[in-house]
Amino acid sequence: MQWQFWIIQTLNSLAFGGLLFLLSSGFSLIFGLMRIPNLAHGAFFMLGAYFGYSMLARGGNFWLVALVAGLGVGIIGIALERLVLRQISGNEQGQVLVTLGVSFIIADICLLAWTGDPMPLPAPQALRPPLRFAGYAFPTYRLVVLGIALVAAIGLYFLMERTRIGAMIRAGVDDMEMARGVGIPVSRLFTAVFLLGASLAGIGGVLGGPILNAYPGLDADMLPLALIVVILGGAGSLLGAFVGSFVVGFLYNFGIALAPDLAYFVLFLPMVLVLVFLPQGLFGRVQM
Amino acid sequence: MSMNRRTIIKGAIATGVAAQTIKISAAVAQAGPIRVGFLTVKTGPLASGGLQMEQGLLTFFRERNNMLAGRPVELHTQDTAGNPAQARTKTQELVERLKVSCIIGPLAAFEALAIDDYIRSSQTPILTVAGAEDMTQRKPNPWLVRPSSTSAQPSHPLGDYAAKDLKLKRVAVLADDFAFGHENAAGFQRVFEDNGGKVVQKLFTPLNAPDYGTYIAQLKSNLDGVYTGHAGSNGFKFIKQLREYGSKTQILGGFTPVDESLLQQMGDDALGAITGNWYSAELDFPINKRFVAAIQKEYKVDPGVYAAETYLCGEVLDHAVKQVKGNVEDKPTFMKALKEAKVPETLRGPVSFDDLGNVVGNIYIRKVERKGGKLVNAVVKTYPNVDQFWPYKREEFLKSPVYSRDFPPAKNLEN
Repeated sequence: MQWQFWIIQTLNSLAFGGLLFLLSSGFSLIFGLMRIPNLAHGAFFMLGAYFGYSMLARGGNFWLVALVAGLGVGIIGIALERLVLRQISGNEQGQVLVTLGVSFIIADICLLAWTGDPMPLPAPQALRPPLRFAGYAFPTYRLVVLGIALVAAIGLYFLMERTRIGAMIRAGVDDMEMARGVGIPVSRLFTAVFLLGASLAGIGGVLGGPILNAYPGLDADMLPLALIVVILGGAGSLLGAFVGSFVVGFLYNFGIALAPDLAYFVLFLPMVLVLVFLPQGLFGRVQM
Repeated sequence: MSMNRRTIIKGAIATGVAAQTIKISAAVAQAGPIRVGFLTVKTGPLASGGLQMEQGLLTFFRERNNMLAGRPVELHTQDTAGNPAQARTKTQELVERLKVSCIIGPLAAFEALAIDDYIRSSQTPILTVAGAEDMTQRKPNPWLVRPSSTSAQPSHPLGDYAAKDLKLKRVAVLADDFAFGHENAAGFQRVFEDNGGKVVQKLFTPLNAPDYGTYIAQLKSNLDGVYTGHAGSNGFKFIKQLREYGSKTQILGGFTPVDESLLQQMGDDALGAITGNWYSAELDFPINKRFVAAIQKEYKVDPGVYAAETYLCGEVLDHAVKQVKGNVEDKPTFMKALKEAKVPETLRGPVSFDDLGNVVGNIYIRKVERKGGKLVNAVVKTYPNVDQFWPYKREEFLKSPVYSRDFPPAKNLEN
């Protein structure tokens, strides 16, 4: 194989990993703090893409749209946490099932509102022509998404490690009872984390839109990827989500490129191995 | 509680309809309406196609004021959610509780296969739109007709066109990794290679693949074209990503990827794509012009194959019901009329059926062009009266295995 093949597939893996980080960082934070996988997270991502589509169709600026759509999804995340999950707090199994139910409801509302046809989100004009080198081309936009993911990762790192709220979240992830005991307002923390996590998913949906489009089933296509990332990286760990995203990005791309017949396999085999031998994930803070 | 209320309302409607029909059909031999069952998908990821199927069928019955051969029609629509088990339950409900005389649908092959044995045992005539080859080949169901096409029927002429008219030599084939994709791509490969072309790459992508970047990056740079057998949003995603990666290669495709219902959203990425299909919204038949205008007026969209196929089922049904003078209750005679239907004019041109219940009709080679500011599938060539075996002999065709991931074998793959 030619060297271009390796370069292109490496870029593919990095870009896909970047997108996965936007999707799964919020998922991981919520998982770590609330101890439940929010199965509506894929639906949040899809909702972000649809919000983005509608706002872009009305001529919104792409980056502004991503922020506004993300915030919109974040507010829906707060509503889910305050109005639904809180009512059945303590019943973790019930909470998981409720998030699954909410994801179905969101999916069918999207179907009603945006019909079943796939909707393309246009990338910003300047980023549409592909970058060319040595006779090979790579989509510029995907590199920009990678860059944004890296910036977001650094931002989240500072938020978690250098701010008061980040310290409180970490405390909550590590030991909920102790956190409560020392006077951390855990209840408000839940809401904050849901806002942050859902917003990240919504922003990811808009940024992923020009690559994936918005279509019914996008939620179900993305949610398993978020789950794999978090199982590999470990729930509640930002570093885990970061490393997990890029591991999955590389596994997915090179697995398919080198062994196309094992396409269904390449992601789930490592996941099973990690679950068996390292149930907390690579950087996990909580036992799953 | 809501269940009760719904049943009561349904009952009330049914009584009302029955009361009306007695008045109207006094002159007709049979009393009561013709009950038609309709299996479609209105929820879940397949709903896009299912909703268009409903638009097509409703348009058909509206045009005829809900009458077939002088008898009123009662349409019972059921949502299968694209789930085989639910398709089975809903079929049973249609047959046993609602006593339908025939069924139109379901959308997906795996649904059609799930109800296959029930259709046989209950002897219910069904007009299907699902593509699965063997339903009308090696395991034919005597109660089934398929007025649209098999999965590969439109791919055969496209293979012929790509090799002979476009003179393409080296093509990569990509399709969804499930029966429809395998069959659809296999038909193209077989005819294309038998006419001197070479399929040099063949990649089946998982149905829920989020991203095709890694597949696209593998495509060779010296291809004459890329064939896509992807369905629904996957074809949409694939073509957009192919262009995103700067590829300008000729796009070829089966009857799913550049469907009219998706075309306007695809924009210039789809321009120039050449596909084989039994339908195009551009077809110049008066019935089709009327159909397209009606769909555009009522639903503000262009009709694609999903809407066209149920309308077509309606036309075949109409023809057969007239042949039996409205007596659909005599099922063997009615089924015979369906299978022997020769409809001189439909929205896709003349159609008839082979004895296995599959359609014989025109296949169109279409090219995406911009016409009056709008993208259309312009017809560039017509292959008249193509049956499911074309261009092969029936006996020879049925002797070989059904199309699959590995049949016919790809002998020209390069690595």
